Amino acid sequence: MAQHQVNYASTGGLPIALTTVDHLVNWGRSNSLWPLTYGLACCAIEMMASGASRYDFDRMGTIFRASPRQSDVMILAGTLSKKHSEFARRLYDQMTEPKWVISMGSCANTGGMFNTYATVQGVDRIIPVDIYLPGCAPRPETLQYAMMMLQKKIRRESANMKNNTKQNLRLI
Amino acid sequence: MRKYIPKDSVQKKAYYTDRFHVVPSTPREDVSTDEVFAKQLEALSAKVEVLKAEIQLGAMVVEINHQDNFKALEILKEECGYAMLTEMSAVDYLAKDGNFEVFYQMLNLKEVKRMRLVMRIEQGLAVESVVPLYKSANFAEREMFDMFGIVSNNHPFMKRILMPDDWEGHPLLKTYPLQGDEFASWYEVDKIFGKDAREAIGPENRDQSKIERYDTKRFSRVGYEVPFGADISEGETETPIEYSKTFLVDYQKADGVKPAETRK
Repeated sequence: MAQHQVNYASTGGLPIALTTVDHLVNWGRSNSLWPLTYGLACCAIEMMASGASRYDFDRMGTIFRASPRQSDVMILAGTLSKKHSEFARRLYDQMTEPKWVISMGSCANTGGMFNTYATVQGVDRIIPVDIYLPGCAPRPETLQYAMMMLQKKIRRESANMKNNTKQNLRLI
Repeated sequence: MRKYIPKDSVQKKAYYTDRFHVVPSTPREDVSTDEVFAKQLEALSAKVEVLKAEIQLGAMVVEINHQDNFKALEILKEECGYAMLTEMSAVDYLAKDGNFEVFYQMLNLKEVKRMRLVMRIEQGLAVESVVPLYKSANFAEREMFDMFGIVSNNHPFMKRILMPDDWEGHPLLKTYPLQGDEFASWYEVDKIFGKDAREAIGPENRDQSKIERYDTKRFSRVGYEVPFGADISEGETETPIEYSKTFLVDYQKADGVKPAETRK
């Protein structure tokens, strides 16, 4: 017979959970990280695989958005050329706060094997990066792990983004 | 007995010679060995001054003066059946010969013949655009301008194609450094933040194996672990490596689980 009335007092539980604002806000933020659909090179193929059914980013609440206005995370997946750096920065600027950045792969981290005139030697020269993800190209599992590390980082942070220390670039 | 060779200055000069190494060179044949090419060359040389003509690896190579390029290509297209310009660009011979070599690689689909029209041009001179003859020359001439700085006259849209419009220098010149000049190394910083931000951001790190001795944010120290961001300019203290106490299951014994230390 179905029980229509829950007797909280008798089961020993209470319909009350105690928490802090930081925890509550960061719980929401970290479990609905929406990255920008933005691929630069071959790392983007791995990023797409992460989003597709086999690796299934959606189960983590990570849903790719087609607009920077709706995104929280920018995954810089691939080689950033100097010609394109301006547009990458513009997309980053268009994202609403709070926002985080994952630099995916060797090229985005340091320029990688493209030690040439046309490649930005590390995207942290123009965009403040939260997670550096090594690999060439990193497998989808690695990207998922980076996403989980970012979630961990967010949960540790203050809900007020002004209290969190960032790379100096954010000042500009 | 083997001849004695002093090996004192091996760093300065290789003390051996490779007796069996033969420098490869492309075999060159006369144009008269191929009927089709001979006929085409005849048609070409009737109207255009031909400086040199030969067959290399089954393709005719003809050198002309750079002023005649449009006329020559017109003849090749209309009379010799070269309907396709598969590729065109330039080669930097500035250090060797003091000029560029501009080449047009062409394909005759009917007779299945390939030929290359080459011409030498000094730096600073422009070539005549061949876009009215071959549409494929449009992007190729823009790339030639972008990479070498050779302008094409009467081109419909003479603009850089690969590098940004405000780029300085032509990257495929032999004199252009591979890792970029001063302008290239600061390009993205200048463009996004302005020149004032150069000091805050710092120069590019081109050393792949660079390690910051006192950086505790990005580098770990095995056996010398320190907290994240700690100041270690005074030197770090040695930390003994701690191994986790693993529980191993001893299947020989009936009681099973035992701590690792007690196991022999």
